[in-house]
Amino acid sequence: MTTVQHISAGRRVKDRLAQGLVYLAFALAVVPLVSVLWLVIKNGLARFDVEFLTHSMRNIGARDAGGGAYHAIIGTLEQVLLASLISVPIGLLTAIYLTEYGNGGRLSRAISFFVDVMTGVPSVVTGLFVLAFWILFLGMPFSGLAGALALSILMMPTVVRSAEEMLRLVPNDLREASYALGVAKWRTIVKVVLPTAFTGIVTGVMLAVARVAGETAPLLLTVFFTDSINNDPFSGPQMGLPLYVFDQAGRPNDTAIDRAWTGALTLILIVMLLNLVARLIAWWRSPARGR
Amino acid sequence: MTTDVRTRGGGPATRRSASRRSHGEAPFRFAATGAGILLLVIMAAIAVFLISEAVPALRANKGSFFTDLTWEPNGSQVFGIAALAFGTVLSSAIALVIATPVAMGVALFISHYAPRRMAGPLGYLVDLLAAVPSVVYGLWGVTFLVPLLKKPSEWLNAHFGWFPLFAGEGAIGGKTMLAGGVVLAIMILPIIAAISREVFLQTPRMNEEAALALGATRWEMIRMAVLPFGRPGVVSAAMLGLGRAMGETIAVALIFPATFDISFEILTPHGNSIAANIANGFGEATPIGRGALIASGLVLFVITLLVNMGARMIINRRKEYARSGA
Repeated sequence: MTTVQHISAGRRVKDRLAQGLVYLAFALAVVPLVSVLWLVIKNGLARFDVEFLTHSMRNIGARDAGGGAYHAIIGTLEQVLLASLISVPIGLLTAIYLTEYGNGGRLSRAISFFVDVMTGVPSVVTGLFVLAFWILFLGMPFSGLAGALALSILMMPTVVRSAEEMLRLVPNDLREASYALGVAKWRTIVKVVLPTAFTGIVTGVMLAVARVAGETAPLLLTVFFTDSINNDPFSGPQMGLPLYVFDQAGRPNDTAIDRAWTGALTLILIVMLLNLVARLIAWWRSPARGR
Repeated sequence: MTTDVRTRGGGPATRRSASRRSHGEAPFRFAATGAGILLLVIMAAIAVFLISEAVPALRANKGSFFTDLTWEPNGSQVFGIAALAFGTVLSSAIALVIATPVAMGVALFISHYAPRRMAGPLGYLVDLLAAVPSVVYGLWGVTFLVPLLKKPSEWLNAHFGWFPLFAGEGAIGGKTMLAGGVVLAIMILPIIAAISREVFLQTPRMNEEAALALGATRWEMIRMAVLPFGRPGVVSAAMLGLGRAMGETIAVALIFPATFDISFEILTPHGNSIAANIANGFGEATPIGRGALIASGLVLFVITLLVNMGARMIINRRKEYARSGA
């Protein structure tokens, strides 16, 4: 208490004011989150029923109630799975190159820099790229696979960054112990380094999946729209859950808006669940849990 | 230090074992290097194929691509990017002006004000903002934020209408640049806050304690030690946020009324952006129309690429500086 008295009133007021502003800023940031979640839950629960989860929009007229997002949920799951199958091996190998083989050379610095830049590529641009390359240039049809390609480009930099971070956390002692036993470098990486970093890498991949699962713009340009169930991501137009929300939100009827909210609720549940599981794995495995 | 150990330990071991018994080393190394190069190829391919598919449409353009305000590639084949580019820059600027101070406050709160034990979970709360899909923000913006902003917009227009941004006659509020800007601000806040937080936490402990020992209050310590140290980091964080805001598509596609004009009035129903126009115009686009949209996407790609590269260069320079100082 005695020290406080030496500080002049003006400085004390400034200090308090700054503290108030900082607290206010945090409150301001949390308000939209609470508002969004609250409205999504409140409005989404109205149609969150068995019919929504098990039916498509086939033969549902513009003003009809009912209908569901089954076709969109299937589409999203397949597209995200395909995107992961493409991006995880590429991303993981790139991370291995950067940590184990790159040694700070020119190529590895270039790759590292462009991975960072790639995280900033707008999602709509990846959709346009797949449209320009896959659909217009190669003449492939609109399909779930085209959407997955766009999503995989978005996923790659996230996977690289998180995997790289995890690989760098693996103590060098482990690598050297393995080398000392005469194990080749690549087998050391596969048998020692990757297993050590495994949970961390899984966390990173899940966060990347959560990020792309909510992306609409790339799908809009690549999978086209459909109201019917299409289980085959390799042929014919598909739907995706974010795309479904966008489609329904753009329609004027209340029944469509209701469906949009429920779609949003389903989407948020999927994304948040992925996020939460990923964070729990990360927290559970974190070596510095006490911090 | 660590890299030294690795090359000394890893280099010779690799060579010896590769020659004696391992047949997998070369293919594995090749695959890892190839994957890295593939990423570079993809980045180059994005530019190449956007250009190649945009050129036919640009050739067919009867207007001037950089200066025309109209966008009619499907009908009269006159289209220009001027109005869209303007809308992209203005809406992102609004977002940045709103988000940066709030994000800095959030970052300071997590790094220097919140109780240690709470800092982690509270930071996670802000990160959750980034996990909400953009289409959900769009839906929220259209149904909740747009009506909410009507009254404040009318008030601003009535009292500060002399200020060009708040000027305008007739309909005030609704689907405006302001509404779009606020939604964008919410969406870019987490990334700016997260990076700023990292930078603030890197402030040398000695500097902070020196300031406190000289009798500085907490705020004075932050102003003298933390903020100067973190300035480049905050600048690059804001630039990354700017890149995000410019590329953000679906949320603004739902909010902007898709007008094609250049107007500074952020309180009247105006607004469009390159990305929003791609999302809204793709459905009914003819082949020329698709080419035109790809051309606009190319412009967006180049702008965001420049902004991002600038931001990354600032961050990387900072990293080297921090490392040598440590």
